[in-house]
Formats: sequence, structure tokens, C-alpha cells
Amino acid sequence: MATANTYPRLRAVMMRIAQSIPVVVGVVVISFLLTRALPGDPAAYFAGAAADEASIEEIRVALGLDKPLIQQFFIYVGDLLQGDLGQSISSGQSVAADLAKRLPASLELTLTALIVSCGIAIPLGVLAATQPGSWIDHLCRVVVTAGVSLPTFFTGIVLIYVFYYLLGIAPSPLGRLDFIYIEPDRVTGFYLIDAAVVGDWETWLGALKQLVLPAVTLALFTLAPIARMTRAAMLTALSSDFIRTAKAAGLTNRKVLYGYAFRNALLPVVTTLGMVFSFALGANVLVEKVFAWPGIGSYAVEALVVSDYAAVQGFVLAMALLFVLLNLIIDLAYTAIDPRIGFASK
Amino acid sequence: MLSVKDLAVSFQTRRGSVDAVRGISFELEKGEILGIVGESGSGKSVTSYALMRILDVGGTIKSGEAVYSGVDLRRVAEKTMRDIRGREISMIFQNPRAALNPIRKVGHQIEDVLRRHAKATRYTAREKAIEALEAVKIRDAVARYDAYPFELSGGMCQRIVIAIALACDPRLLIADEPTTGLDITTQKAVMDLVSELIRAREMSSILITHDLGLAAQYCDRIMVMKDGGIVEQGDPVELFSNPQHSYTRKLVDATPREGESIRSLLPPEDRKPELPHDVSEDALLDVRNLTKTYRGKSGPVHAVKNISFTVKRGQSVGLVGESGCGKSTTSEMLVRLMDATAGEILFDGVDIAAMPAAAFAKNSRRGDIQMVFQDATDSLNPRHTARHTIAEPLQRLGQMGGSELSTRIEELAGLVGLPATLLDRFPHQLSGGQKARVGIARAIALEPKFLILDEPTAALDVSIQAVVLNLLMDLRAKLGMSYLFVSHDLHVVRLLCDHVVVMKAGEIVEQGPTLQVMSNPQEPYTKELLSAAPKPPARRIVA
Amino acid sequence: MSDASIKSAAKSSGGLDHLIYVLRANPVTMLAFCMFALIILAAVFGPSLVPYDPLATNAANALQAPSLAHWFGTDSVGRDVFSRVIVATRLDLSISVAAVALSFVVGSVLGSVAGYWGGWLDAVLNRVLDTIMAFPLFVLAMGIVAALGNTIENIIYATAIINVPFYARLVRAEVNIRRDSGFARAAKLSGNSDIRVLAMHIFPNALPPMMVQVSLNLGWAILNAAGLSFIGLGVRPPTAEWGIMVAEGANFIVSGEWWLAVFPGLTLMIAVFTFNLLGDGLRDIVDPRQRT
Repeated sequence: MATANTYPRLRAVMMRIAQSIPVVVGVVVISFLLTRALPGDPAAYFAGAAADEASIEEIRVALGLDKPLIQQFFIYVGDLLQGDLGQSISSGQSVAADLAKRLPASLELTLTALIVSCGIAIPLGVLAATQPGSWIDHLCRVVVTAGVSLPTFFTGIVLIYVFYYLLGIAPSPLGRLDFIYIEPDRVTGFYLIDAAVVGDWETWLGALKQLVLPAVTLALFTLAPIARMTRAAMLTALSSDFIRTAKAAGLTNRKVLYGYAFRNALLPVVTTLGMVFSFALGANVLVEKVFAWPGIGSYAVEALVVSDYAAVQGFVLAMALLFVLLNLIIDLAYTAIDPRIGFASK
Repeated sequence: MLSVKDLAVSFQTRRGSVDAVRGISFELEKGEILGIVGESGSGKSVTSYALMRILDVGGTIKSGEAVYSGVDLRRVAEKTMRDIRGREISMIFQNPRAALNPIRKVGHQIEDVLRRHAKATRYTAREKAIEALEAVKIRDAVARYDAYPFELSGGMCQRIVIAIALACDPRLLIADEPTTGLDITTQKAVMDLVSELIRAREMSSILITHDLGLAAQYCDRIMVMKDGGIVEQGDPVELFSNPQHSYTRKLVDATPREGESIRSLLPPEDRKPELPHDVSEDALLDVRNLTKTYRGKSGPVHAVKNISFTVKRGQSVGLVGESGCGKSTTSEMLVRLMDATAGEILFDGVDIAAMPAAAFAKNSRRGDIQMVFQDATDSLNPRHTARHTIAEPLQRLGQMGGSELSTRIEELAGLVGLPATLLDRFPHQLSGGQKARVGIARAIALEPKFLILDEPTAALDVSIQAVVLNLLMDLRAKLGMSYLFVSHDLHVVRLLCDHVVVMKAGEIVEQGPTLQVMSNPQEPYTKELLSAAPKPPARRIVA
Repeated sequence: MSDASIKSAAKSSGGLDHLIYVLRANPVTMLAFCMFALIILAAVFGPSLVPYDPLATNAANALQAPSLAHWFGTDSVGRDVFSRVIVATRLDLSISVAAVALSFVVGSVLGSVAGYWGGWLDAVLNRVLDTIMAFPLFVLAMGIVAALGNTIENIIYATAIINVPFYARLVRAEVNIRRDSGFARAAKLSGNSDIRVLAMHIFPNALPPMMVQVSLNLGWAILNAAGLSFIGLGVRPPTAEWGIMVAEGANFIVSGEWWLAVFPGLTLMIAVFTFNLLGDGLRDIVDPRQRT
């Protein structure tokens, strides 16, 4: 029985990993199409405003734009495999290097926000579902409806106005660390971790202060979908037949709620997390702009302003690959909770 | 042991308070099995939930008392009640698969109960859980301990639910429709197991069911409920032979049993003489070597294997079998909604299987072969009125319109006994029986030669089933149709059909004239099916 | 003739009673309907009602705090914020309505076909949708607008593309569960072709959940479009648009001129809030059990 139980599940895990391959291919194809759909003639664009016909043609050949589209695609894929996303015009460096440098900042912000919002939203949803009609249920409903209506960039601005301008308790909304602190040595690129590693708690606190407002902004935005799903999933689980069986068997409330209902409710919540990640990564761009956070989002926004297309496209591709990876992790987590994976008939 | 007095339960709904149970009183002796019988909405399940105090949100016990061994279940503290549940009083439910936690091993679910009521410690739990599994006669209990509900069959899941309920040796077991949705042979196995365990452990039990026959077979006493009240109670044999209340009489009449006619399902005053129906010798439908194979994940799945049978003009053929036997696939192919893998369907001598199902919608024979679907609610478009639904085939296939159309619709409504005032209602405004009539009116609108009836009464209460079956019989005589009656219920098939075909695992195991097959079955499977069906006691002798 | 009589009979009773009941029982939904009407009014008549020209600059009157003359104050070049906020309604609403309508149509067709016929069509569609969904949606919209060019039409296309998967999946699921339902099979027996069964019997039954989705989606589309213009895509200054006004106002927030960003931001929030409330209300009307 044990082998019959683990074997198909292992296969399901392998299958799930294999399934992300066509998605990655699709992502690369779309990215390629986006780069080639640039307005006007990319060669003329890369040659600069002062270029003449001959030098444009030269660049066209150099970029491989004179070749058939299929061939261009393979060149593009070949470059990708070498980690080459092209050169950024504004920074003059390779896009891949720029992104790698700035990625930890974005991840630190996004992950902190998600941990905060899961930590609040899941208990909130559970309590709302178990006490329908109570004040916490109403609070949950308000949070859920208001939360999805909040434009992140606007929430950020309001928070800055209140906590920086009016109350003066937040640091100025400019980047990850006030200039009075020295950037910790790069280990992971996450300031909170890097500062903690070397035991520089002063810097750690400084980094945390900078992080609070943007993380709260992002958390407020992701709170709503998680709380909504948790509440709904918990209500569904609680009205299931098996809960009645458990009650009829005299199991304690605790056991019924957490051992039976919550574990079942967790499944749809984990699925929703994928969507929440998608929203969070998108909103991340806006929050980074508002707080001048030096992550890949603000990098892309700056690149957009100066029409630095290679940088923008590199950013889009990087975000997509990151998201595919996150989804994979979520699905694998799902496989760990749900014994039915790998047996599903449909 | 249990004494219920004036128990009343009401539910708070959007339209105000609804009384589900209206002050009922009954006693349950030690060692007694009490059957509570009633049709849907009679309050029988609510009564049992009230006893366990596990009513759904909005439900409250308004008044009365339920004294179990000196404790009033209505007033006792919730904490005490939790100790009583599972240890003193247990419950098993319908739809056993949903009644188990889908992501917890069944062994662990049994352990949860054992450890909750301190019948086992962490160290002995596994052993005790396996014992509990063995007690409900699960083969290979050690291996099943690690199974999840989705890996087990419906019957097996019900055994697990029973194991959970009986793990702590309760003294009262409440069984709420424990076999609804299970196949008839599984039903018998489960019911035999339950009654054997109850007798062996000297427990008391309450069996809640809509099936009077089932209750009569397994209970010491029966209580009939209607609209939240008790209309009659007594010994099963007595109840059947001499029902006092008019509702009980109606229910007893409507329960099909051996050796009686279809008219006897109806109350005596409604029994009009049967109209004769003529069976001619030539075949209307000749099915030859019909086969359906699906591509499954692990190789081909043979849903229907090489079956052949004939339906004569005017004849009614019963197609009987348990779920998954291929009877639905067969009817889908015959009605040309699904293409056969191989074989012929000769209808009036023409092979209609040769034509793709998609093209058949335009064929001139489309109107000759129609079907009445299993679930009347599901078969009516929720956004169409009854009139619109009945009009559909007349407009699409009969090219009818204007006053001709409305006249015909009203004529059809009259034919199936649907009041013309209901024609402009939507399905959700109609009762189950009325929806069934709309479905039948649509099917016979074009006066088909051949009508497939796919368990047309499976979702209906017995008293409505009786009326619908009689209606179908009258229509057959009036319109001269041939029927293929698909059902799992041999009793019903016997009432309506001249010929019966028994299927198992995609193949025909036995076929022949109904009387012959029923009275002298040749195949073991047919015998098993016949013996598994509950046998209600004989009815009173009509003076 | 007969069709008409059947339909007129079908309209009465049931639905309307229920609608009135829900509105009475749920004042919040009532409020949402009223706010919705207000937004529509602002979009239609706004430009002819506002006190000032939304584009007229007045350097002498720059950065005035809210007052009786300028309810929402004035911006850095002296334009009246109130007028700009009201006038912007039409643009923001048109973008989101156009985007949602596009994705509704495309998603409905794709989803219906995939859900009804299944097979390779379904498989291909699912792959394509998976690929779209593999991008963080706002980021994909950024990429599309950056690639296609920085115009309002492209904002609409981008918003439509990232919305299509939601509609297609919803319709696919709704059609799929009804594909083998009794009434769909009965319709075939009544002589309807597959396309007729799909269009006349199955799709109309999928409409109620679609309308809920549309309402929730409108709010999201507005947020999305405003977000894009906030980072400088699509709408260009000096056009009045909520997102861009918040972006312009953001520069003044650290020096305390809050009204520049707060009023357009609040209006944006209220608009989105209205559509979300409306969506929840519609969900109640469509199916009271689905309330979450």
C-alpha cells in the first residue's frame, strides 16, 4: 500500500514540473513577440536619431533583424540561454546584470508583504467563517470589499502623507536605507538578512523602518483576496457532510475546526495564492515607484520613461519566469497537502 | 431508553420561521429498531439531527424534550452532549463518501473518535482502529487503514462510516438514509451488516428512510411522518396489512411489490381500468452487436460489449442493471446522442447507427425516437417556461407555429395531466411531479414511435412515482408507443414491462419475458438482484 | 409570433420580485446601484457641468488648498482639480468598459467553444490561457503597451488581453457543466443543432455568473488602466485622468499639498469600490448561496 501511495504521487510531482516546460516556452515566445513588436523599426531605434541609412542597415545585420523571424527566434533563445537579455541604454550595462542586482530588493519587499498579509488574512477569514454575523465577520467583509478597491499607488501616497508628513514617524520614502546607514555586505541581497548575519542591528532597524510602509501598502492590497478565499473555503468546509460526521462522533470543536475543516479549507486558499502572487508582483511595480524602492519594478518604470525597451522586455520576462517558479512551488505545496493528487481521474 | 415528548424544531429562513417538526412524541425501547418513514420534507432527518443537536445553522429546537437514559438531550450542556455523541449515540449518514474527511486516512478518522472518547491511547489506537475495521467486515483491514476515502467504493465508505459510528460501542445508532445512492446489492449488504451488528451488540437503533419496504424488512416498529408530524406508528406487518391513516394507506399502496398490477399503486378511488396495449410480432428496434469502447487512461474501457436485443412494435422492454453496467450508455446510443463504436441499430429496418449523432438532429426520424430523462429538474432549461419547453420540439422538428402550436401544447398538457395554468411557470416554480410531466409532454409531443425512459421516477417520492408510472402506462396505450424502460428497480420494471434485459459490466447476462425472468431467473446475478430488493409484507386484502 | 408570446410570458414574475427583495434586504447593494448611477451621470454629463475648463492653466492661482471657489483645490499650474476629476470619469470609464466588453466577447466565444466541444481545441486554448496567466498580469500589460506603443487604444487592448483568461475560463466551466445536462440533451432530441444548443440553451444559463464577473472586472480594469498611466503609460499629460493626476500629485505630497493626489485617488477608489459592491450585490441576486 505504501509503495502504491508514494509512487503515483512522485509521478504527479514530476508531471507537474514537466508541465511548466510548455509554459516557459510560451512565456519565451510571447516575450520574443513583444520585443519584435516594438513600435517602428528597432534597427533605426537602436542606431539612434542621428544615424544614416547605412549605419541603420549595419545595425540591422548586427542585430540579426534581416534574418527570417524563425531564425531570429532561435538567436533570441540562444542569447537567453547564455543569460543575455541585451544591453540597457540608460545604465549602459547588461540588462541581466541590472536585474540580478535589483531583484533581491523586490523580493524582500514582496515576500515581507505576503507573509504579513497571510498572517493577518488567514486568521481573519477563519474567524469570520466560524463566527458568522459577529463583528469580526463584518470587519472581514469590509476589509475584503475595501481592500480590492484600493489602488496601491494611492494607498502608498496616503500612508506617506500621514506617517511621514503629518506624524513624522516614518523615514523619508526614498529607497531601502537612509543614507546615514552603510549598506550591509551583500550575502543574500536581503538587507534584513544581511544585516542580521553580521549582527549590525542598527542597520537592520534602519532597513526595517524603510520597509514597513511599502510592505504595508502591498500587504493591504493582497489581504483582501486571501481573506475572502479563506472565509469562503472555510464556510464550504464547515458545511460539508464530513464535518457533520465528525460532530456526530463527538469530536471536540477544536478538532473539528482545525483538524478537519481548516485543513480542507487550506486547499483552495493555496490555489488562490498563485493569483495573489500575480497581483502582488504587478502591484510591486507601483509600490516601488511610489517609495523609490530600488527594485526591478522601478528599474522597469525608469526604463519605460527613456524608452529603454531591452530593459523593459528583460524585466517582463524575468517577472514571468519568477512567477512560473512561484506557481510551481505553490502547486508542489498543494501536492503535499492533498492526497488525491496523482489519482485524479479527470 | 429514549423518550421524546412534543419535540418541535423550526428553521429561521428569509421568509420567516418554518416548522420542520411539529411536536412529535415517541418512545424507543432498549434493543428495538425503530423505522422513521416519510417522503422528502416530512421532517424525518431533522428529527434525528435534533436528537443529536447537530441541526444546520438557523435550526432550533423550539419545545419539547428528548430524554435519553434520564438525560434531556435538549437541555444538557454542549460539553456533555459532545461526550454523548459517538459514545452513547452515534449516527451514520447518506452519501458515505462525502461523510468522510477526504484528505485524512480512514484509519486516522477512526482513531480520532477512539481517542476522543478515551477508548484508546496513542499506542493502542492503531490496533483498535483496525479492530473496528474488522468489525464491519472489511477485508484486509490493515491495508485499508491507510486508505483515503477516494480510493474506496461507496459501499466500502459506508462501512468506514459505520466503523466510526460503532467504534466506541454506543448504545443507540441513528441511521439517516444509510443506503440512498448505493446499488441495490450493496444496499442489502450494508443493511444486513448494520442489523447484524445492532442485534449482536444489543443496541437500539433508529432507521430513517423513504423506503417503506426497506423499513418493513429491518425494523421492529415503523413510524410514518408527514409534514413534520407523526401520522401513524406500529408493527410493520400490521401497518402494511391494515393501515389506519389515509396517508399511510397511500404510501403502502404506492410501494411496488410482487404479484400486483401497476394500477394497485394508486389509491383505490383512482384505479381506472387498464387500457390494453398491443404488442405486434415485427421488430421496431433491432439492436445487433452494439459496442461502445472509450479510450481510458489505462487502456480502452469497454462500456458496452456486443449486446443484441429486440424491441417489438408496442412492446415495453426493461433494461435493468446496477450503476456502471452500461445501461445509460446503451440508451444514449439508441437515442442517437452518442455514436456507437461498432454494431447496428435497425430502426424500422434502417440502420440509424450508421449516421453520426450530430447529423441525426436533422434527420426525419429524430421525432420518432425520444427520451424522458432521469432527473426532471436537470432536464428542463431553468430559463424556459413549461410552455417554451414543450414548444421546442414542435417548432424545431414539427415546424409548427401560431395558434396550431398553442393548441397542441395545451392538448399535450391535458394528456399528461398538467394544468394549463402551470404552463407559463418556470421549472423552479413547479413541483417534482409537475416537472416530470413537463418532461414527458416534451418527449411525446411529436408522437414518437419509440420512447426511452431513463429512470424517470428515480428522483421522485413513491406516491408521485405511482402516479407517473400509471401516466406512462396510459400514454403507451393511447399513443401506441414502444418503451425502453431503463431502471435499477426490478419491482418497477416488472410492473410496466413485457420483456426484460439484465445487464452487468457492459454485457447482457439474461433476457426474456418479464414474468419468466422474475419468477424463474436462470443467472446467479439476476437471482442476486431479485433477492437484494426489499420485500414489503403483503398488503391488506381489499374487500 | 409564437416565439414572442412565449418570451413575453416568460418575462413576468419571479425575477423582479427577487430583485426588489434583495435590494430591500441589502441597503449596501442599493447604495451601490445609486453610486453607479452617479458615476454614469458624471461620465455622460460631467464635461458640460464642471465649473472650470479642466485644461485651463492659471499660474497665479497655483497650488491653492480646497476652498469654496475650488472645492478640490488647484494643481501646480492652477487647474481646477474638481473639474479635472469629474471630466476624467468619462475617459477612465470608457477605457474599462471597452476593455471589459472586448474580453467578454472574445472570452465568451473561446470559452464556449472549448467548453462545449473540448478535445484539441480545449487543450490549445488552455495552453494559451496558461501562458497568459503565467505572466503577472499587470506586468504583461506593461510589456504589451511598451511593445505596441504608448496610446490609449493599446491600454484598452492590453487590459482586454489580460482579462480574457478570466472570462474564457468562467464560460468554459459554466458551459462544460451544462454540456451533458438533461436540458441540453433534450434540446438535441428536439432537433437543435450543436451550435443552437450552445447558443440558445447553454450560454444564456452561463450569463448570470458572467454579469457578476463583468461588474467585478470593471473595477479591476479601471485600477489597471489608472496604474498604467500612473507609471507613465497610455494617457499623457495634460489629459485629465485619475491615475496620472495621482502621479502628478505624488510629487507634492511630501511637501503637504495633499489635495492634488488625494481627490483623484479617492474618486478612483470610490469608483472601483462601487463596481465591487455591485458585483457582490449581483452575486446575491444571481445566487444567494454563493455569497462569500
